[in-house]
Amino acid sequence: MTTTDPDELRQRVLRSPSMIGADLASVVSTPEAYVVPPPAGTPVRYRVAAVDLGIKTATPLAMARLGCEVHVLPATSTAGQILGADPDGVFFSNGPGDPAACGYAVTAMRDVLAARVPVFGICLGSQVLGRALGLDTYKLRFGHRGVNQPVQDQRTAKVHITSHNHGFAVAMPAAGAGHAFETDFGPAQVTHVNLNDGVVEGLALADRPAFAVQYHPEAAPGPHDARGLFGEFCALMAQRQGRGA
Amino acid sequence: MPKREGLNSVLVIGSGPIVIGQGCEFDYSGTQACRVLREEGIRVSLVNSNPATIMTDPEFADATYVEPITTEILEKVIAAERPDAILPTLGGQTALNAAVDLHEAGILATYGVELIGADIDAIKAGEDRRRFKEIVTGIGGEVPRSTICHSLVDCEAAVADLGFPVVVRPSFTLGGTGSGIAYDDADLRRIAGSGLDASPVTEVLLEESILGWKEYELELMRDRNDNVVVVCSIENVDPMGVHTGDSVTVAPAMTLTDREYQRMRDLAIAVLRAVGVDTGGCNIQFAVHPRTGRLVVIELNPRVSRSSALASKATGFPIAKIAARLAIGYTLDEIRNDITGLTPASFEPALDYVVVKVPRFAFEKFPGADQVLTTHMKSVGEAMAIGRSFPEALQKALRSLEQPAGPLSWARAPGDRATLTARCAVPHDGRISTLHQALRAGATVAELATASGIDPWFIEQINGIEHFAKRIAQARFSLPQADLAAAKSIGFSDAQLGQLTGLSAEQVTTWRVERGIRPVYHMVDTCAAEFAATTPYLYSSYDEGNEVPASDRPKVIILGSGPNRIGQGIEFDYACVHACFAAAQAGFETVMVNCNPETVSTDYDTSDRLYFEPLTLEDVLEVIAAEQAAGQVVGVIVSLGGQTPLGLARSLAAAGVPILGTSPEAIHLAEDRSEFSAVLAAAGLLAPRHGTAMSVEDAAAIATEIGYPVLVRPSYVLGGRGMEIVYDEPTLHSYMRRATQASPEHPVLIDRFLDDAIELDVDALFDGHELYLGGVMEHIEEAGIHSGDSACALPPITLGREYIEEVRACTEAIARGVGVRGLLNVQYALAAGVLYVLEANPRASRTVPFVSKATAVPLAKAATRIMLGASIAELRAEGMLVSSGDGGTLPFDAPIAVKEAVLPFNRFADKSGAGVDTLLGPEMRSTGEVMGIDELFGTAYAKSQAAAYGALPVKGRAFVSVASKDKRSMIFPVKRLADLGFEIWATRGTYEVLRRNGVHATIVRKHSDGRGPAGEPTIVERVLAGQVDLVINTPFGWPGEPGPRRDGYEIRTAAVRRGLPCVTTMAGLAAVVQGIEAIMRNEVGVRSLQQHAARLRGDGAQQGTAS
Repeated sequence: MTTTDPDELRQRVLRSPSMIGADLASVVSTPEAYVVPPPAGTPVRYRVAAVDLGIKTATPLAMARLGCEVHVLPATSTAGQILGADPDGVFFSNGPGDPAACGYAVTAMRDVLAARVPVFGICLGSQVLGRALGLDTYKLRFGHRGVNQPVQDQRTAKVHITSHNHGFAVAMPAAGAGHAFETDFGPAQVTHVNLNDGVVEGLALADRPAFAVQYHPEAAPGPHDARGLFGEFCALMAQRQGRGA
Repeated sequence: MPKREGLNSVLVIGSGPIVIGQGCEFDYSGTQACRVLREEGIRVSLVNSNPATIMTDPEFADATYVEPITTEILEKVIAAERPDAILPTLGGQTALNAAVDLHEAGILATYGVELIGADIDAIKAGEDRRRFKEIVTGIGGEVPRSTICHSLVDCEAAVADLGFPVVVRPSFTLGGTGSGIAYDDADLRRIAGSGLDASPVTEVLLEESILGWKEYELELMRDRNDNVVVVCSIENVDPMGVHTGDSVTVAPAMTLTDREYQRMRDLAIAVLRAVGVDTGGCNIQFAVHPRTGRLVVIELNPRVSRSSALASKATGFPIAKIAARLAIGYTLDEIRNDITGLTPASFEPALDYVVVKVPRFAFEKFPGADQVLTTHMKSVGEAMAIGRSFPEALQKALRSLEQPAGPLSWARAPGDRATLTARCAVPHDGRISTLHQALRAGATVAELATASGIDPWFIEQINGIEHFAKRIAQARFSLPQADLAAAKSIGFSDAQLGQLTGLSAEQVTTWRVERGIRPVYHMVDTCAAEFAATTPYLYSSYDEGNEVPASDRPKVIILGSGPNRIGQGIEFDYACVHACFAAAQAGFETVMVNCNPETVSTDYDTSDRLYFEPLTLEDVLEVIAAEQAAGQVVGVIVSLGGQTPLGLARSLAAAGVPILGTSPEAIHLAEDRSEFSAVLAAAGLLAPRHGTAMSVEDAAAIATEIGYPVLVRPSYVLGGRGMEIVYDEPTLHSYMRRATQASPEHPVLIDRFLDDAIELDVDALFDGHELYLGGVMEHIEEAGIHSGDSACALPPITLGREYIEEVRACTEAIARGVGVRGLLNVQYALAAGVLYVLEANPRASRTVPFVSKATAVPLAKAATRIMLGASIAELRAEGMLVSSGDGGTLPFDAPIAVKEAVLPFNRFADKSGAGVDTLLGPEMRSTGEVMGIDELFGTAYAKSQAAAYGALPVKGRAFVSVASKDKRSMIFPVKRLADLGFEIWATRGTYEVLRRNGVHATIVRKHSDGRGPAGEPTIVERVLAGQVDLVINTPFGWPGEPGPRRDGYEIRTAAVRRGLPCVTTMAGLAAVVQGIEAIMRNEVGVRSLQQHAARLRGDGAQQGTAS
C-alpha cells in the first residue's frame, strides 16, 4: 500500500521495529559454510575462518587476493567450530543489528582470543571484540553514514578518509583513546577515533594478535585509504606461522 | 603538533596583474593566507605589483610592497625584510616561477630563506613534463603518449611517431600559453614554434591527442604527516581540447561511476605523494576515454590555482587558508573547519547541491581573433551558480554571465538542424545555447553527443529543460501552479517564462509571487547538513526549507560586480569588499551578493552573510525580500560594483528598495547624455562639442558640423565597447553600419575628438557639502586611448597647481549638479589650456584602488561611510581622511605612483596564427594593471614597465619609426637614448630627421619594402630574430589606409611576439627614457606602502582594520 500522507508515513516509521536488541546477524548469515579461495595464480598462504555476521562479498575477496583461503562460517558458529579447521587467523565480519544481541559471537570471540589465534574484526565484528573485552556498546543518534569520514590512528596521528555505515558504536573506556585499559586478555587500547565526534573506531590488544576497526577498509568502490589493514592481518598470521603453530 | 618554531616572518609573493589565465583567484588565496599567518602571530611581508587587489591593502600585511615581481626587486625586499621563509604557492604560476628563479640565483641560500608550502623539487617534478611522465608511470598510472622536444626538428620527428592531431604543451607557462592542437605540419610549425618561444626553457611536449575524452579535475590537500584529502571533484562539460578555464564545469563530477571516481581518487593521491607536494594544495587533471574508461593523468599543478578558488567556493572548504596553515606546520586534523566550528579540516566535503561554472569571453574586443576554443585559454572571467539540480544551477549560471546571449532562449525560431549540429562540433563561446537550439531544431541527444563529444547526460539535461519549456509554451497562462513551481526549480527565470508564455517578465513575477512561489535559501556547509553550520554562505533554490538566519542588527546589502570582464574586474570587487569592512566597523551587519567565484567578495569571511546569486533584478529582489523578512535592511549599495548593480538602481528603487548613496535619479543625470549636458551647462563647464545621431545621415551632418576627427560611440556602456575615432566621412558610414547593431535601441553619440590633449582622471568624494579630491591622475598616453588602457601618474607630473584647482572646482560643480553622495569619477581633457569634461561616472571607478594605495587613503571605505550618513568632516576627524587638504594637495615630496595597463594581445591570434593589432584606442582592452611607486617619476615608470612587461632595456638597439607629426618631438628623447649608449635603427624618413639633428642611426628596411637586393631583412624580420630591444613606433595615417598603417601593425605585433617594450606615443617615449635613466643610475629601491603612508600622512593615519 502506498501513501503520500505525511502523518501516515510518520506512523509507519514509528511502528517499525527498533534496532536496539535486534539480532539480525543470524538472520542474514550464511546457513552453510563455504570457501573463497585465492584467485588463480595466487598461492594459498593462510587459512582464515571468517564468521559471517552479514559479511560483504568484498571482504573475503580482499583477503583472498593476499593469498588467504577464506572459510566463511555461519554467525552462530562456536569457537570449537571456528578453530576446528585450524585456521591461521579468524575474522569477524560486519553485519546488521545490535551487537548486544550477538552474545553467541561474543562468546566465540572470547574463546578464540583465549586460544591466541590472530583476530581481525570489521564493523559489527569490531563491536563484538569490544564487548568481548568488557566494553559496552550503544546506539548512535544518526549513525555514521558516508565515505568521507576522517578516522585518526592514535598511535601515528595519521588520518584516513574512510567509509562508514554503522548505527551502533563501542563505548570509550575510561582511559580514553590511545591509552591502555585492562581486559581479561591483557591490556588493550582504542587505536582509532572518528575526528568528527570522537567515537571509537578501532581497538587492539597489546599482548595478543587481535585488532578491529569500526569502518570499512574493504569499501567498494572506495575510499581505499585503509586497505592496508588486510595486509596487517596477514602479517599477524605470518608471524604466528613463523613461530610455528 | 603546533606550528614549527623559528618561523617568525614570512614573505608572501602575489600573482601580479590580472591576465587571462591568472585572475583574481590569487587575490582571494593570497588574502586568506595573509590573514591566517597574522592570526598565528607571524610577521607578514608581501610583494605584488597589482594595486587593485585586496591583498595589497596595507592592513593585510605588516609590510606591503607594491613592486614588480622580479628577481632583482625580490632580492631587495628580502634584504630589507630578512624573512625566515617565503610562501610562493598562493600567487599562481608567477609566484612559483619567481621562487624557482630566486632559488636558482642562489638568493634563498645567501639570505638563509626557506621555501614553505612547496619545494623546488616538487615544483619541478610537477611541471617538467618528462619527469612527471616518469613519476606517473612509475606508480602504475598512465599518461598520454608523448615526446619532449626542444626544436621544430624534434617536433617533426615526434609527429612521425605520434601522428596527427598532436597536443603541444610548453613547459613552465601558465594558462596554456603557447599550447594548442596541431592538425597538420603548418599548424605544428606555428604552434610549436610559439610554444618553444613561450617556454622559459625552450621546451614543449608533443602528446597523443586525447581530444574528445572526458576531462576531470581533482583538488587535493596534503599535510606534513602525509594525510591527504580530496576537497572537490570537477567535471568539464567541454571535453578535452578546451582549456579548463574556458570550459563549462560542474562540481561534483556527474558522469563518472563510483568505481571510476575512486580509481581516480586513488591515482591522484598516489601521484601527489610521488611528486612530493609536501604541504598544501594541488590540482590534478585527468582524461577518461568515453567508451573504454581508460584513465590518463594530464597534469598536476603543485599549488593553489584558479580551480582551487572555484573548489573552495563550491565546497565552502577554504583551500588557501588551510594551505597557509599547513605551510607553517599544522596538520589537517589540527585545523578546525570553521564552517562547522567543531570538525577538523581532515575530511572530504559532501555536496548536497550542484555547482556550475561558466566562462565569460570578450571576443568583441578583439575583432579578427580566432574564436574557436582551444587548449590556450581565452576567457577573461567566469561566473558560478549553485542549485539543487544541474538544470537549476546551469540556468542560474548562464544568467549570471550578464550577456544577452547567455541564458537559453526561446525568443526566436531555432535555425537549421544540420547547421546547428555542425556548429556544436566546434568548441565556442555559447555552445550550451547552440546545443539547446539544435535540440529545438529537432537534433537528437545522440547526434549532438557525437558531434560535440559532450557526455549525453548533459545534453539530456538540456533536453529536459527544453521538454518542460514546450509544456510551458503550450499551457501559457493556464499553466498549473505545480508546473510553475517546477519550472522555477528547473531554473527558468521570470524573463524566460515570459518568453515562453508571451507575458512580460514583470507579469510573470507578479503571477508567481501572488501564488507564493518564492525561492528559499540553503547553506553551503561543506558537510551536507551532517553538522550544524556557523558561517552563513547561502544560495537560492526553489525548494523547501529556508535557512536565512534572523538578525537584530541593521543590515547593509552590497551588490558586487559579477564575472570579470574587460572594463569591470577586480577593482570593483575591491570597492565592494572595502564597503563590507567599513560598514561592519560602523556597526552594521553586512550582506554581500555576487556570483564571481574568483573574488575576495565571495569569500564567506568578508561579510556577515554571503549570497552566491546571479546579479539580475529578479534574483537580487528575492535576496532583498528574504533579508527584509529576517531583519532590518537599512539600504542597498549599488555604486561600488561597476555598471552591473548601477544598471539595476532604477528598477530597485521603483520596487521600493532603499538605495544608499547617490540616488538613481542622480545616477541618471550623470549617465544620460542630454541630462548631463544640462548639468554642465548650468555649471558653466565645457564639454567637447557633440551631438546625438539616430541615423547615418544625422551622424554625417553632426560630424561635419563638429569637425573631424570625431569620437563615435553607443551610450550607457562600460569599457567603451563599440567606440571608435573616425577621421573622415567614409569611415563614419562604415562605422554606423556596425554601431547600430551594437545597440539598436540606443542612439549613437558623436563627440569632437581632442587629439593632442592631456587626459586627466579624477576620483573624488562628495557628501553634499564638501568635496574631497581622492586623486588626480595624468595620462601618459594621449587622449583617445581608453583610460583603462592608459598608463597614468599620480600626482600629475606636468600639470601646474592652477589646473588642479580648476579641476577641483569643476569636479565640485559636477558633484553638486548631479547630486553625488559617495564616489564620483570624472574624466577631463586639457587641450590648448582649456579644460573639457569628457564624462562623469557617479560610482566607484576602476582607479579607486590605485588612488587609495598611492595616497594612503581608503576611498571606498570613506565612500561607504558617506553613503551611510557620515560627513567628510567626521571622516577627517576620525583619521580615515586626511585632516586637512586632500588628494589634490599632496606634498611636494609625495611619492609618484604610475599605473600601467596589462594587455592580452599575446593571447589572441587570427585564424592564420597572426597576432591581433596591439594599437590602443578608445575601446578598452586591458585585463589588469600594475603599479610602480617611487620618489621619482622615472623610477616609478621603470617599475611599472618591469611589472607589466619585463624590465626596460638599458642597452642594445632601439628601433624608431614615427609618424610625420611626431618627428619633431622624438628628436630629443631619441638623442638621449643614443647618448645612453643605445644603437639606433630607423626607417628612412625617421633616419633622415635624426641624421639632420646629429643623431647617428642606421637605416632598416620597412616591412612593405620587402627584403633588399642583397637579402637584407626587413625590420619585422629583425625584430622576430631578436635583434631589437626596444620598439618606438607611432601609427602613420588613418585607420583603413593601406601601406604605412599596415607596416606599423606588423612591427608592433612582432614586438609583442618577442615580448619587447613597444612605445606608441611621444609621451610614452619620454617616460621610457626617464625610466631607463633611473635604472641606469641604480635608483630603483623598494619601500613598503606602510612606509610611504607614514611619510605621507605621518601619525594618526587610520588605515582601517582588516576583518
